[in-house]
Amino acid sequence: MNREKIVFAFFIMLALTLNFGFFLGEIDHPDHHSVYELYAAIIVSLIATVMKLGDRTHVGAVLLATSLVADLQLIIAAIIWGVMTHATEGGMTTYAMASIVSLSAGALLANITSVVLLIVETMTVRH
Amino acid sequence: MQHVFYLLLKRLRAPIITIISVYAISILGFTLIPGQDDQGNVWHMDFFHAFYFVSFMGSTIGFGEVPYPFTVAQRVWATISIYGTVISWLYSMGTIFSLFQDQNYQRLTRRTRFINQVKRITEPYYLICGFGSTGSRIAQLLDNHNIPSVIIESKLKVINELETDTLGLKLPSLCANASDPEVLKIAGINNDLCVGVLALTIDDQANLAIAINSKLVKPERLVISGTQSKATTGNLASFGTDLILDPFEIFADHLMLMLKQPYKHLIYDIFVNPNHSVWASPYQDTHGSWVICGYGRFGRALEEQFKKHNITHTFISTDPEGYNAPSGTVQGTGTEAHTLQEAGIGNAVGVIAGTNNDADNLSIIITARDLKPDLITVARQNVRTNKPVFKAANVNLIMEPGRIVANEIYMRVRTPLLTECFDLIRKRDEASTRTLLQLISHSMDVQELDAWTFTIEEKNSPAITEAIDNGGSVALSSLHKDPRDREQPLPLVALMLKRGNDSLLVPPPETRLNKGDQILFCGQHQAQIHMGWIMRDHNTLRYIQTGKVGPDGLLWRWLKERRQKMRDA
Repeated sequence: MNREKIVFAFFIMLALTLNFGFFLGEIDHPDHHSVYELYAAIIVSLIATVMKLGDRTHVGAVLLATSLVADLQLIIAAIIWGVMTHATEGGMTTYAMASIVSLSAGALLANITSVVLLIVETMTVRH
Repeated sequence: MQHVFYLLLKRLRAPIITIISVYAISILGFTLIPGQDDQGNVWHMDFFHAFYFVSFMGSTIGFGEVPYPFTVAQRVWATISIYGTVISWLYSMGTIFSLFQDQNYQRLTRRTRFINQVKRITEPYYLICGFGSTGSRIAQLLDNHNIPSVIIESKLKVINELETDTLGLKLPSLCANASDPEVLKIAGINNDLCVGVLALTIDDQANLAIAINSKLVKPERLVISGTQSKATTGNLASFGTDLILDPFEIFADHLMLMLKQPYKHLIYDIFVNPNHSVWASPYQDTHGSWVICGYGRFGRALEEQFKKHNITHTFISTDPEGYNAPSGTVQGTGTEAHTLQEAGIGNAVGVIAGTNNDADNLSIIITARDLKPDLITVARQNVRTNKPVFKAANVNLIMEPGRIVANEIYMRVRTPLLTECFDLIRKRDEASTRTLLQLISHSMDVQELDAWTFTIEEKNSPAITEAIDNGGSVALSSLHKDPRDREQPLPLVALMLKRGNDSLLVPPPETRLNKGDQILFCGQHQAQIHMGWIMRDHNTLRYIQTGKVGPDGLLWRWLKERRQKMRDA
């Protein structure tokens, strides 16, 4: 296995674990979900996406697609968070918190898919 | 083949990851470092404000310290972040610019642009491999008649000149080796719109490869190839190349035609050289010996023809033994008077300056003319841009390899029947050719002559096919009348009629036209447009045939029939 693949596996796995950590907890309880964890998940997921840019293999293209989905979900969650805390009068609500966490749960699914694809690729291509 | 877009993304991976990482660390730092609000309370920047601040700091816009003035710790972190973000941006920009300068990248973008240009062509086009003197001429001739062509040339300099528009041509062009099947593929050799492949590179092997490739992909498509040697000619012919052109052989053949059957040559010259100058050869004595300077490919082609027609000739060569010249060859370039005299210029009727050096050729002509003013002079012009000098030298006949091949190809591409017509003319005797020439020169001004083919079919000549379908008959003479005044003849001559496999030279005017007939006309371009009216408009045809202008609309036709009936009753 080459280094590029190992580094990518590291980032995609880290994106999954960070996202899972953020997702864990009561869905509408702001204290259970750290903003730093969401931030780290977004950054790691973005890096994983960039690493797949320009990859013309079939699996590479699908991995690019799944990690783009994760980015999209997480960035929307972050925007909701920012809007709720700064642009509205009442600040964060339980309703907004629940939607942020459910968005991150969606991203989690995309992350899982990426990891599964990566495992499948690793199992089938042995060199 | 690699796509430009993927190359761009691949090269940009590292810079983008760098920017993301630097931004991530800077933003995180600002959210962690404690600050002070306007009341002096400890305040932590949130992600939104940190992102906002780093965004304008990184791009060096700098709105100041928001929302509250920074503490010392925050300022230290901001200083570090400024350097980090600016450097990461510079690195990314540097990568992008160096990529644009990259030879590989530029080659790829050119290739991609070429592929897209070829894909956008919607008309039948010709693929020209090799943009030398022949290729550029033929591309220009085709362009003058709005026929698109695609160009592959191996010399980058030539492609650059073409792209900088010195010839005024806007053609898809690619700098690549045309014998590479991949290159031919992207130039559209598999495309149905590619109606002809012209292999005109200076490399015989490349021409062979191109011709074979095209014949394998589409056996019925026209392939024309240039050639430098007899071996290649035979090889090209073996797999059905449609036209194989050796400029020296063609010229030697034409020269002989001019000397032996000047009228046949003149008729050829009128059509093939757009700005031809009528040489006085039919009225000049051409019997006698010739002096030929230069013994190479051109010399050998001439030797063959001169021997065939038993004309005495003497060669002058710089290295008679090295080139295996015939015995009796004089050593020298021919630019000095004594070499020419040694070769017998005093008794000669003409001189041929056939070296591959234009300056030498001109010098030979001038020296020879000084020795004997009434010589027939023939000079080979190798470089296209030397045309004015050769013109000024007043040479009787200029032999320009590029132009000869380009004209032959163009004739074949534009009016294939003309080639057939010349073959027929060559089989006839000189007297009848003279009559034909007189017919042409009496009908029109021969300086701007055009030749075109009309086919009697539904698509091209609906008026005539309709008349035939209705049981009428149309004589060839109908096409010779001016649609504006049928008493006046149109300045054109019907050169040949092709019906099935039979070809008839100068068909008589009373010939009745059949469906499927192909007729080759020559005349002024204007005449072609007038003739088009007769062939397409049934009213014009009726006027030509009967001299009457009848009613056209339904109402007027009905009125006319009614009046006819009333009169009959």
